[in-house]
Amino acid sequence: MSGTACACRENCNEIEIEIDYNLLDRIIRDDYGGNKEAMIMMMQAIQRVYRFLPEAAVKYLSQVIEVPLTKIYEVATFYASFSLEPKGKYILSVCTGTACHLRGSGGMVEHISKRMGITPGRTTPDMKLTLETVNCVGACAVAPVVVIDEKYYPKADIATLNDFMDRLNAE
Amino acid sequence: MIEATQPSNSPPVVTKMINPAALELYRQELQSRQDPDAPVVIVCCGTGCQAAGSVEVVDKFKEVLTGTGWSGKVVPMIKPTGCHGFCSRGPLVIIQPQDLFYQRVTVDDVEDIVNKTILNNEVIKKLQYKPANSKEVIPKAGDIPYYAKQTRLVLKNIGKVDPTEINDSILHGSYSALAKALTRMTPEQVIDEVANSKLRGRGGAGFPTGLKWESCAKQEGTRFVICNADEGDPGAFMDRSLLEGDPHSVLEGMAICAYAVGSNRGYMYVRAEYPLAVKTLTSAIRQAEALGLLGENIMGTGFDFKVTISTGAGAFICGESSALMASLEGKVGRPRPKYIRSVEKGFRDSPSNLNNVETYANIPDIVNRGGDWYKSYGTERSAGTKVFALTGNVYNIGLVEVPMGISLMEIVYGIGGGVPNKRALKGVQTGGPSGGCIPIPHKIPDINVGYGKLAEAGSIMGSGGMIVMDEDTCMIEVSRYFVNFLVEESCGQCTPCREGLIRMREILNRITQGEGREGDVELLDEIGRFTNNFSLCGLGTSAANPVLSTIRYFREEYDAHIRDKKCPAGVCKPLFHYEIDPETCTGCGLCKSKCPVKAIAGEKKKTHVIDQSLCIKCMECYKNCKFRSVKIM
Repeated sequence: MSGTACACRENCNEIEIEIDYNLLDRIIRDDYGGNKEAMIMMMQAIQRVYRFLPEAAVKYLSQVIEVPLTKIYEVATFYASFSLEPKGKYILSVCTGTACHLRGSGGMVEHISKRMGITPGRTTPDMKLTLETVNCVGACAVAPVVVIDEKYYPKADIATLNDFMDRLNAE
Repeated sequence: MIEATQPSNSPPVVTKMINPAALELYRQELQSRQDPDAPVVIVCCGTGCQAAGSVEVVDKFKEVLTGTGWSGKVVPMIKPTGCHGFCSRGPLVIIQPQDLFYQRVTVDDVEDIVNKTILNNEVIKKLQYKPANSKEVIPKAGDIPYYAKQTRLVLKNIGKVDPTEINDSILHGSYSALAKALTRMTPEQVIDEVANSKLRGRGGAGFPTGLKWESCAKQEGTRFVICNADEGDPGAFMDRSLLEGDPHSVLEGMAICAYAVGSNRGYMYVRAEYPLAVKTLTSAIRQAEALGLLGENIMGTGFDFKVTISTGAGAFICGESSALMASLEGKVGRPRPKYIRSVEKGFRDSPSNLNNVETYANIPDIVNRGGDWYKSYGTERSAGTKVFALTGNVYNIGLVEVPMGISLMEIVYGIGGGVPNKRALKGVQTGGPSGGCIPIPHKIPDINVGYGKLAEAGSIMGSGGMIVMDEDTCMIEVSRYFVNFLVEESCGQCTPCREGLIRMREILNRITQGEGREGDVELLDEIGRFTNNFSLCGLGTSAANPVLSTIRYFREEYDAHIRDKKCPAGVCKPLFHYEIDPETCTGCGLCKSKCPVKAIAGEKKKTHVIDQSLCIKCMECYKNCKFRSVKIM
C-alpha cells in the first residue's frame, strides 16, 4: 500500500490510498462470486489488504454487489473488527477478557492511553501506534495478555508496555 | 500452523472411501503401519502454549531429530496437538509410550529431552510437574490430579491427535459414527438416540438437542445445519480448543445432524479472533472432502454434506442464534423475536438447526455408544459432561471436563488446585458476562453444577466460563466490568437492554468512583429486573444477572462503597490507597524495584514508604510483597 498523509487539516489521519481495483475484483468476484451474503467476508478481505476500509474501496464494493452504501456503513460500524480509519504502523491490543481484567488489564489500557495520549480504538497523530482492546483472545492462563502486531505477550505488565513504548518513541 | 512430521512409515495412498466398510479397512491399514514402540513427542500447540512459545519448541524438536544429532533406531514422531487444557503450565510436552509429562518446556530444554529422555530413558527432574503445596513430583500425565479427576468424553482426543492430520483422527475412530448412522440407522433412529441421551444444548440455553433436531426434521424445504462457534464470552475458550484440537469430531457431529434432519448444507460461524481455529478447520474440511468423508456422495452412500466456514466480525451478539443467522446472510447481527423459531424459519428463511460446537462434538460418541451410555454420566436433568474454562484466581488454569452435578468446590480445589498466593476464595462467576457470581464457600457452602441448580443460585450454565475470584476481587467493579462489556455489545434495537444497561453502567461507575448515593442499590435492582424481564433476546434477558447476583450476595460491599467510601478489596482506585505496614516490612526492596513510577522510597532493611502523590495504584507492590506488608487502606 502506498499513500501520503492528507493535508486537509492538522492532525488529520486520513490517508489518500491508491486502490487496486483488480485486486478488489479478485476478492469480490473471484473469491466470493459477487455474492451479497458474503459481504462481511469480502469486507474482511479488503480490510486485510489495507488494514482498514478505505472509502473508495467500500464505494466500489457497493456498486459491484449492488448493496446500498448505507447498508455497508451499517455493517462496518456494527461489527467491532471493522475500521473506517487507517491504523497505525503498530497495533497494540490489550486483552480485556475477564481473566485479564482481574489481573489488571484495565490499568494497562489506562497507562498506555495516558502516555500516548490516545483512547482505545484511536491512532497516534504520527500514525505509529493504534491502541485497541479485544474482548478475549482465549489465552486466559497467561493473563494479562497484550498482542502487538499479532505476537502474544503473555503475563504482560506495565514494564512490558513501557519497554515497547520507549522503543516506539525512540524510532 | 505447524505441519506434522511424517511418521517413519508413510500413510497409505489416499483414495476416496467408496463405502463405509472402506473406512474401517483404511483405519486398520493405518494401525498396522504404526510402530507401537516408536517414541512420540506430543507438544501442546493450543493458543495458551503458543503464547508461551510452543511453536518454537516444535521447530527445535524437528531440527534436533532430523539433524545429525539423532542416533536412535526409530525416529520419534513429533506431534503438535490442540490444547491439553493445562494452560498455566505450558508449553507442555508429553513423551509416549512412557506418558512422561514435562511442563514449561523451553527451546533450551529440547536437546536435553532428546538426549536424556528419548535416547536414554532418563527423566529430567526440573521439567516435571509438582502440584502446589507438595514436594512430590508426578511423572505421568495420567496421574496428575488435574487430568485424573476429569471425565474426558468430548475432550478425549484433544492432546492425543494431531489436528492437522486427518489420518491421526481416523486412527482414533473419527467418522466411524457417521458410517454407522449412514448404513445402520434411519434418520429417525439417530434423532431417537440423541433424544434418549438427554443431551442439552451446550451453548448456554440448554435446549434439548433431540427435540430441536426432531422439530427441524419435520419442516419442509431446504434445511441448514449451522454450528455456532462464535464463542464471545470473555474468559471462555472451550469451543476454541475443540476446533483447534479435534475439528473432526465437530464436523462429524454436524454431518450426522445433517443426515438426521435431512440437510446437505452446513455453515460454521467462527469468531475471527480465533485465527488458528479457522485455519485448522479449513484444512480439516479439505482433508475430509478428499477422503470422501464430507462433501458429495459421502462414503458412496449418496448422502451429500458440504460445510462452509464463515468468520464473525467481532460482535458478541452474533452468538445469539437469530443474530448469527442474520450475520451469515451478510447483514448486521440483530436478534429477532422468536415466536417463529429458527428450526422453522432461520437462515435464508429456511428451517435451520443451530447447535453449539460442544453439542456437535458430543454426537459421534452418542451414536456409537448409545444414548443410555451418555446419560449414565451426569444427573437426571443435566445429563453427560460439560467442559468448563476454569480461569481467574486459581492455580490450574485451563479446560476441565466434568460430569454434570459435580460439586463446584471440587472443581476449584480438587481439579483447580485452589486459590494461589494464600488468598481466600470469594466466589465463582459462571455463565460469562450475563451469568452470576456464586459466593462459595462463605455464603453458599457448595453447589452442584447443573442447569437447574445454577439458575436457582441466580446464575446460568452459559457456555462454560468459570472464573474464580479471590478476596482481592471487588464485586462492584466486576459487575461494572460485565455491564460495560454488555453496553458495548448490546445491539441497541430494544429499549430495556440498550437504556437499562447504560443507566446501570452510569450508577456503577459512580459507585466505583466514590460518588455512590443512598438508594443506588435499590435503583440498580429495579432497573436490573426491568431489563431482564422486558428485553427481546437472550442477551438482554440475562444482562442484569451480574448486577442482581452481586446485590443478592455482596450487598455489604455495595454499602461499603456507598456509605463508607471504601473499596474493601482495594480495586476501585479513588476508594483506597496502599500503605506499607512498618511492623512487618523487612525492607527487602522488592516493592521499590517493582514500582514502575518510583513512588516507593526506603533504605535496605528499613521500612519503605509510598509517596501517595506519585502512586498510580497499579498493584505491583501489593502483588509482589512476600510479607503482605503492603496494606489496602
